[in-house]
Amino acid sequence: MENETKLMSVRDAVIMAMSEEMRRDENVFLMGEDVGIFGGDFGTSVGMLEEFGKERVRDTPISENAISGCAIGAAMTGMRPIVDVTFMDFIVYMMDNIVNQAAKTRYMFGGKGQIPVVFRCAAGSGVGSAAQHSQSLEAWFTHIPGLKVVAPGTPADVKGLLKAAIRDNNPVIFLEYKAQYNMKGEVPLDPDFVLPLGKAEIKREGNDVTVVTYGRMLERVLKAADELAESDGVHVEVVDLRTLAPLDKETVLESVKKTGRVLLVNDAHKTGGFIGEVAAMIAESDAFDYLDSPILRLAADDIPTPYNHLLETAMVPSVERIKKYILKLVNKR
Amino acid sequence: MASKSKESTKTTDTIKQALSKDEFLTMHRQMLDIRNFDNKVNELVKRGKVPGMTHFSVGEEAASVGAIAAIGEGDLITSNHRGHGQTIAMGIDLNEMMAEILGRATGTCKGKGGSMHIADLDKGNLGANGIVGGGMGMAIGAALTQQMKKTGKIVICFFGDGAVNEGTFHETLNLASIWKLPVIFYSINNMYGISTPIKSVINIDYNYRRAASYGIPGYLIEDGNNVMDVYDRFRDVVAYVREGNGPVLVESLTYRWYGHSTSDPGKYRTKEEIDAWKKKDPILKFSKYLIDNKIATQKELDDLDKASKEAVEEAVQFAFSSPEPSLESAFEDIFAP
Repeated sequence: MENETKLMSVRDAVIMAMSEEMRRDENVFLMGEDVGIFGGDFGTSVGMLEEFGKERVRDTPISENAISGCAIGAAMTGMRPIVDVTFMDFIVYMMDNIVNQAAKTRYMFGGKGQIPVVFRCAAGSGVGSAAQHSQSLEAWFTHIPGLKVVAPGTPADVKGLLKAAIRDNNPVIFLEYKAQYNMKGEVPLDPDFVLPLGKAEIKREGNDVTVVTYGRMLERVLKAADELAESDGVHVEVVDLRTLAPLDKETVLESVKKTGRVLLVNDAHKTGGFIGEVAAMIAESDAFDYLDSPILRLAADDIPTPYNHLLETAMVPSVERIKKYILKLVNKR
Repeated sequence: MASKSKESTKTTDTIKQALSKDEFLTMHRQMLDIRNFDNKVNELVKRGKVPGMTHFSVGEEAASVGAIAAIGEGDLITSNHRGHGQTIAMGIDLNEMMAEILGRATGTCKGKGGSMHIADLDKGNLGANGIVGGGMGMAIGAALTQQMKKTGKIVICFFGDGAVNEGTFHETLNLASIWKLPVIFYSINNMYGISTPIKSVINIDYNYRRAASYGIPGYLIEDGNNVMDVYDRFRDVVAYVREGNGPVLVESLTYRWYGHSTSDPGKYRTKEEIDAWKKKDPILKFSKYLIDNKIATQKELDDLDKASKEAVEEAVQFAFSSPEPSLESAFEDIFAP
């Protein structure tokens, strides 16, 4: 079983990660709207009520404030709750509890207490759910000291990082992408398969240009890189951040120094987005001296997510646009 | 289901039998400590020695002490910005508390929290809170832990009248009531949210009546300055909640003698009103009770006050002789290992 893998969807990887951790530790439980008999608004807890019962797969009223506060209080007193936020947009109702309570409590108390809680969020657009159900709000949370923010882009990483988030003793904002719940990949079956938080991964090696990305955009960036290698002989190095806070600066800077060119891609709005922070980090570092061209960003447009499929699709970086931006960088050679 | 408190005279005898002399004197000493501690902090504020914001519990001592006297070891509380009273009644080390208010490295929170964030987790105090209503979520979560782990312990969630119109009040009372969580929601109504009279921001006479809309019991303690009335009510509701009957909403009426915080111009209250409440001093009231009922002598109470003032003085000495935190310490304690 140690090295065995199985082809499975992100959805099944989420269920597997949570179920394994709940079998391993009786303090872990899941709470949120429709997590029980409904199996989660995105099917991410199907079968869990049957295995763990309604005490540990806990349906709640539609009360995001109470859900988040309750999870934090339970975490502070010895439990390890996982909150199914469902659409990430609804986390806005939880902001006081996450930002003013969970993130700061340990610090304000001089290092006493800990809050091991995971907020699982279905982020991003791509399913026609319009402006109030399509946001990727990770940058709001990376701005707050005391929170960890994780945004995996493959089913295996989803499993390994969600398990790490559940085992972590701090509040973790965990992004899943609603457009990718059906995306499949090989996932290790080992119940001790846990990936470290705060560690980026080079998903593809190359010497010509670095593309830094995470979450939903990883799939497109990898596809763009493969196609460019074929069509133009351009060799792209893809750095998958996986965790945004804490940020693995070293892996990013090493790659930038190696290639001398960098494109940053995410599916959140461009203004104030997390890749802007990564760009500033690169510009301030000694890797700046290695750059042969300006740092480029490619992000979602600064518009609320439109409902219409064509407009919605155009708003977010596509494989074609990613390729175009990579070529822009390379042609400056 | 909501009902008012019983007549206090009816219960005096049963309480007298239920409490030992030591327990009576402990309650009195806690009230004295709160009064003397906060008076001293106020004096330090005026001398410019306190680096930040503080909110005083003077005048409200009985409302906290009577409630906390009714819970036991392992029970928990959440508190609010005006948390000195509850913190002291939960048995905090006064030296460390004073050091925290002065921002010193030896403070309860190493100087990182200050008056508004004093927590004493070992004693069951999950912390004061700078966000109005901010402790309510934490309280129901702590109560959920007790329920899931079957500890038999309960939580008192302290908040002020100003918190009852926050959305979290509704959400947490509702969730606690449907899950029958072992938590007492306790509003210490001191009549004002900073300058705004509570009567002008709720459309009913008293907030405890809202309990009816959650299908839980609600009680009004009309004299929140009578520590025996507060204790009596809490003895009953603590037993009720501990038995697994779900949450209760309690409201007590009291008054803060000082302003909202140290920056309060005080224009919204008349001198007459403040003086009238000072005549209902909870400490004088309890002193009279203890002497009238021959539980303690005036001399014993005077000795307690003297010991309390000495303890506060020692706390001041401790705090002033404590070092400032190192600059490096600002970068510690953000994440748990």
